[in-house]
Amino acid sequence: MIVSLAHNILSPLGMTTAENYAAVKAGRSMLKRYEGLWDLPEPFVASLMDRDKVEQAFVEIADNKQYTFFEKMIILSASRAIAEADINASSDKVLFVLSTTKGNVFLLDKREKGFPQERVLLGVAAKQMTDFFHNPNTPLVVSNACISGVCAQIEAMRNLESGAFDYVVVVGCDVQSAFIVSGFQSFKALSVEPCKPFDANRTGLNLGDAAATIIYTRKDQVSENEWVSCRGAIRNDANHISGPSRTGEGSYRALKVALGHVKPEQLAFINTHGTATLYNDEMESVAIERAGLAQVPVNGLKGYYGHTMGAAGILETILSMQAIDDHNILATRGYETIGVTHPLVLSNQNQSTNKRMFIKLLSGFGGCNAALLMAKGGEAC
Amino acid sequence: MLKVYINPEIVMLNDKPLAHNEKGAALLTELYRNYIGDYPKFFKMDTLSKLGFVASELLLQAEGGTRFEPREDRAIVFFNRSASLQADTAYQATIQDKENFFPSPAAFVYTLPNIVTGEIAIRNKYFGETSFIVFPEHDSQIMAQQLQLAFLDPMTTSILSGWLDCTDENHFEAELFIIYKSNL
Repeated sequence: MIVSLAHNILSPLGMTTAENYAAVKAGRSMLKRYEGLWDLPEPFVASLMDRDKVEQAFVEIADNKQYTFFEKMIILSASRAIAEADINASSDKVLFVLSTTKGNVFLLDKREKGFPQERVLLGVAAKQMTDFFHNPNTPLVVSNACISGVCAQIEAMRNLESGAFDYVVVVGCDVQSAFIVSGFQSFKALSVEPCKPFDANRTGLNLGDAAATIIYTRKDQVSENEWVSCRGAIRNDANHISGPSRTGEGSYRALKVALGHVKPEQLAFINTHGTATLYNDEMESVAIERAGLAQVPVNGLKGYYGHTMGAAGILETILSMQAIDDHNILATRGYETIGVTHPLVLSNQNQSTNKRMFIKLLSGFGGCNAALLMAKGGEAC
Repeated sequence: MLKVYINPEIVMLNDKPLAHNEKGAALLTELYRNYIGDYPKFFKMDTLSKLGFVASELLLQAEGGTRFEPREDRAIVFFNRSASLQADTAYQATIQDKENFFPSPAAFVYTLPNIVTGEIAIRNKYFGETSFIVFPEHDSQIMAQQLQLAFLDPMTTSILSGWLDCTDENHFEAELFIIYKSNL
């Protein structure tokens, strides 16, 4: 079975998984309104890293090379998880998989100097990380829009199941920039206030900086406290490149495969994408209902972090594992009144649970959707 | 194995050259007009999507069989080095100057490499897995390994796959093929 060995979250809410979980459990968020940042003409709400804090933490592990802020984030998050897992990252039995949508895209700005243009390429950025850890394998970069974080975990599972590698370090990261914020603004997808997932008055998403890492390994025997990545699936809506399917086609199909023989009542919750755009949340409610999961509690974590893009699937998987370890279903921050067609079991308060499985659900541009079933102990897989 | 190769000057279908007059960006439009012609959304696409769309159409026409029937057993998995660089550069130009700031959603949506997999899924009603993986360099061995692993999905029985790279409107390379689980 494929087991989570260690993890880390680097976000505005903390530099460790424990700090992040404690902050989310306490209902904290660093979503703030920014005006005039990066010369953008319109204000926006986002959850952004204190870059000085990242610089200070990076000094402790730095070698003599120059790294961009994005590269520092992925190296720092990976290094903390690697230290916790106590593995030799330079071994050829270790594979790195990076989940990102835009990497170093800010280097395309003509005002940016000091780094070779080549670093804007996602694979070249990922290579900075594998070189840092003296890892000899070619890194895989999974770039499937907002579902990349779950896709990267599915790639990790497959590469471990094949026996080609003993450990896979899955790192997800995106850092915000004028490029990304202006793009989502042009789509009219951003809310000018903290986002309200699934709420009747939701007006759009917020963006956020984060990096998150999970290290997976393969084990024959799994103890009852270990987290097993059971199965995942990626499915397409085959409907529209920037709008979700009205029938929730891809999410419904991905959910069905990820669920397999597991009964809805075995699930503690479904951790949704829950971006708080009108169409995404509505689509998820349709897909969950179609998959026969309308009675399963759902939550969404974008109200704490905003949409962290390439990091989201990994960050949200880690927090969901932590929550179940704590017998908790995390509150959906920002949610007040149900605002989707199919009523879902939602709460803006933490709820208790004794169940030991959850599904992580994501959807993104390009009509892509992904679902991943995680189980504590793995016997129910 | 069914395969198609396109670069700005050469088009090969199953190792046989396909006649054409144009080069570069105009080549893709010529191929569209000569072999497809019924999908005007083509003209809205970025170069990576145009390239993937034209290459996939040539390949699927050669494959024969019923087309445009909904199916979940076919995956689309592409690889490249440059992700969505051409679309990224085009979008950046729209926000570079404060005095001439005109970001457009139609340009922004293509700043993700996986959009081309969505375009092909929409055209063909493919509900199966779609994925885009980026490498530091072209590496046939790793591509082959990752493709084998993609058959671990319980429903996937064939994959439309290969290398699909584009650095600007006039520099691109597609080397696509269809791989069947039954032939592994």
